[in-house]
Amino acid sequence: MDASASLETHHDPHHHDAGHDHHELGFWRKYIFSTDHKVIGIQYGICGLIFLFMGFSLMMLMRWQLAYPGQALPLIGHSLDYIFGKGSMPDGKMAPEFYNTLGAMHGTIMIFLGVVPVAFAAFGNFVVPLQIGAPDMTFPKVNAASFWAFAVGGVIMLVSFFVPGGGAKSGWTSYTPLADIADKGPNFHPLMNGQTLWLIGFIALITSSLLGAVNFITTIIQLRAKGLTWMRLPFFVWAQFVTAFLLLLAFPPLEAAIVMQLMDRLAATSFFLPAGLVINGAPADISGGGSPLLWQHLFWFLGHPEVYVLILPGMGIVAEIIANNSRKPLWGYKSLVFSVLVLGFLSFIVWAHHMWLTGMGSAVSAFFQTTTLIISIPSVIILSAFFISLWGGSIRFNTPMLFATAFLPMFGIGGLTGIPLAFNSADLYLHDTYYVIAHFHYIVAPGTIFALFAGVYFWYPKATGRMMNEFWGKVHFWPSLICMNVIFLPMFLQGMGGMHRRWYDGGQGWAVGADRIWGLTGFQWNTPISWAAWIMGLAQIPFIINFFWSIRHGKKVNDNPWEATTLEWTAPSPPPHGNFVTTPVAYRGPYEYSLPGTDKDFTMQNEPVTPTERTPRKASGEPVLA
Amino acid sequence: MEIPYTVSNRPDTGLWNAKIGIWLFLASEVMLFGGLFSAYIFLRIDAPPGHWPHGLLNVPVGTMNTAILIASSVTVVLAWAALKMRKYRAYWWYMLITILCGVIFLTVKLVYEWPDKFQHFGAYLKPAALEKYEQYLGNHHLEEKGLPLRTEITGHLHNKEALKDPNIHEYEVAVDPIYADPTNPQMDRPHFWPKHATDKIVTIEKADVERAGFFTPDHNTFFATYFTITGLHGLHVLGGVLVFIYMWLPVSKKIYQRNPEHLANRVEVSGLFWHFVDLIWIFVFPLFYLL
Repeated sequence: MDASASLETHHDPHHHDAGHDHHELGFWRKYIFSTDHKVIGIQYGICGLIFLFMGFSLMMLMRWQLAYPGQALPLIGHSLDYIFGKGSMPDGKMAPEFYNTLGAMHGTIMIFLGVVPVAFAAFGNFVVPLQIGAPDMTFPKVNAASFWAFAVGGVIMLVSFFVPGGGAKSGWTSYTPLADIADKGPNFHPLMNGQTLWLIGFIALITSSLLGAVNFITTIIQLRAKGLTWMRLPFFVWAQFVTAFLLLLAFPPLEAAIVMQLMDRLAATSFFLPAGLVINGAPADISGGGSPLLWQHLFWFLGHPEVYVLILPGMGIVAEIIANNSRKPLWGYKSLVFSVLVLGFLSFIVWAHHMWLTGMGSAVSAFFQTTTLIISIPSVIILSAFFISLWGGSIRFNTPMLFATAFLPMFGIGGLTGIPLAFNSADLYLHDTYYVIAHFHYIVAPGTIFALFAGVYFWYPKATGRMMNEFWGKVHFWPSLICMNVIFLPMFLQGMGGMHRRWYDGGQGWAVGADRIWGLTGFQWNTPISWAAWIMGLAQIPFIINFFWSIRHGKKVNDNPWEATTLEWTAPSPPPHGNFVTTPVAYRGPYEYSLPGTDKDFTMQNEPVTPTERTPRKASGEPVLA
Repeated sequence: MEIPYTVSNRPDTGLWNAKIGIWLFLASEVMLFGGLFSAYIFLRIDAPPGHWPHGLLNVPVGTMNTAILIASSVTVVLAWAALKMRKYRAYWWYMLITILCGVIFLTVKLVYEWPDKFQHFGAYLKPAALEKYEQYLGNHHLEEKGLPLRTEITGHLHNKEALKDPNIHEYEVAVDPIYADPTNPQMDRPHFWPKHATDKIVTIEKADVERAGFFTPDHNTFFATYFTITGLHGLHVLGGVLVFIYMWLPVSKKIYQRNPEHLANRVEVSGLFWHFVDLIWIFVFPLFYLL
């Protein structure tokens, strides 16, 4: 086999002229238009983190309007009116349309430009090929195309803020017929308006995720190192594998829906417009006959698997960090793998639980209610396995581990509060209240985003060869944890009190709101929530400084500073182009910590099995329980 | 380290990289067109009676296009087989035929089929006015036979300015044969060979019309789905043709000379995509032309 012969050629990572495939690239090819999976991963990561902060900033603006409705935003209110166009913040007070834009774009940016690029594309790109012992992704050029499609989508989304009339206003779900008829009329450009740009930007983002997903799956199937069988894959790789399938199969129906909504907006079709629609008191000049429910079905056919796209990479990261820092094999590796596969499958047949109040009929509701409750089983298995993994471990509470352990109860709260929403009878009451907001934010914000922070701190030394500062990491962690809970815990109370999630005035004019919950009315709770959000914004400053400062000034470390077992830690830090100095071979499972009969408490995957180990084991992938 | 298995198989999976990649991509494409076909089902079920035309598209032309696509699917396999047998000249010819088939398909679509629709006019009548135009609609006859009723009069619009000018109060339409002879039992069902337009001019008062216009995507949900799905399918055909042209040009001969298997793999992968595009058409053709 000629391929393996070239694999075994020894390359000194510091002398790039040694091999025929190694030549020095210019700055642009090396850092900007790179096809190296590590550079692309870092590009995705930095862009995604910036977008995350942007999306969070939009929410910080909304929190002002919710806590102090109708009052002028101090300091920056007037300049925002200048930046986002006249009428968005007249006299520093937020206009309702601008509030709607902020809400819609907060969701869109956070999910599609923030969390998915960081969780899937950045970590997946950087870590997966290293963990499976591959030189790169299978299709490096496609990989670069994926990033640039993402960049185009991001730019279009950002541009949409500054066109006449401002960005999309119909929620991140863009429900029709509202979204079909929004941003139309004499004050809007037919093409360069918020909603149309939202749709066009989305096509670019879907293209990006399609290219990425194809690449990830092929890479994991084809480029696993010798000896790295399926049941020896780190759990993170499994999580990314399932995530890639979700993106591959769930996004295209939304793309179909987006093409149809574009047709509705640009070619005056009626895919989502019912007959007899009256807009502003006048019958609409449309053929009608369309179905608004069709949009919702196609949207949530993506929308629900998307939830698992957001959480599965986070679970993968947490699994790696918990095993590493409890110095114990991950408990129940096989059940974790099968749970994540079942989760991926079931996530395709639960989408209509977002549509209980659309009048689908009780038979359909009963089906989706059942599948929704079944899907909680694999989620609980995964979470339980993580908790049990901690049991009896000699835990090191470094920064990544703090974020990873915080993930567990936060995801637990988010998951358990979802069960009442799964019952359509309970959802009648809770639907569209702040309870729903609190539920899914507990999963995505202190859940996934904490996992992402954990991952950044954990793999930073692999990417740069230097550690991030531990002290400032903790300064980042504790205020973030406290603020997250001050933000989202009271929202459960507000929601159960009946507060609607889309109120522009924060519920100020809400009659039932006079009832006090823990001394404050539902509306008054907005003030502490908002202050917690702004303080949490400040708490990200240590992270930002730490992130950039450590590139040059962080503590220099060896290739395996966490004393971890998986293959990425056998590569140099930072890994050169082509990743590994010698071709990696895997001889054992991914989590062989504290193996009896060895003198150190971690045994790397590329270490051959020695006679002193307590052998034989049941199956090749079975971790040995200490 | 170089990326392995770009041309040769990985022993335990028995596949080279791009072959997995293309199958995954096609899975995604199935979901894309699946979304559109489910929209077709939704909208067709929801369409009010008389608003989902039958037998309106030109079946012989559609059949011809179907045959052309199937033929091109055969020639692309022959092109691949020729490469496997290291017969570059035969490959070149088969690839040329494949490309020409794709181009003919697109030309028929863009030069004949679509523009024909843009010239065709239809006027949906208000329910109260149906009786007034009974001599053209023949609904009594259809009712007796238990067939779906007609609510639209179609044909070629003579006074095109009527669409814009509010001072013109009626449309003058050279109607399709069905409205010239509505009670003829031959008109009860669609025909394989389309009937030519008649000279019979029917005057339709605007006051009786609910909605009128050419057969553009905004005319009804049938045309919305027709243009969206055939348009997206057409883009796929165009994409396939462009890739084939690249593989047919001398650029790719260099790849062949370096490693013939590499070019054969490329043709295999793009051929799989081409079969998929063909397969989508096999669904499009009955859904829009026949059913």
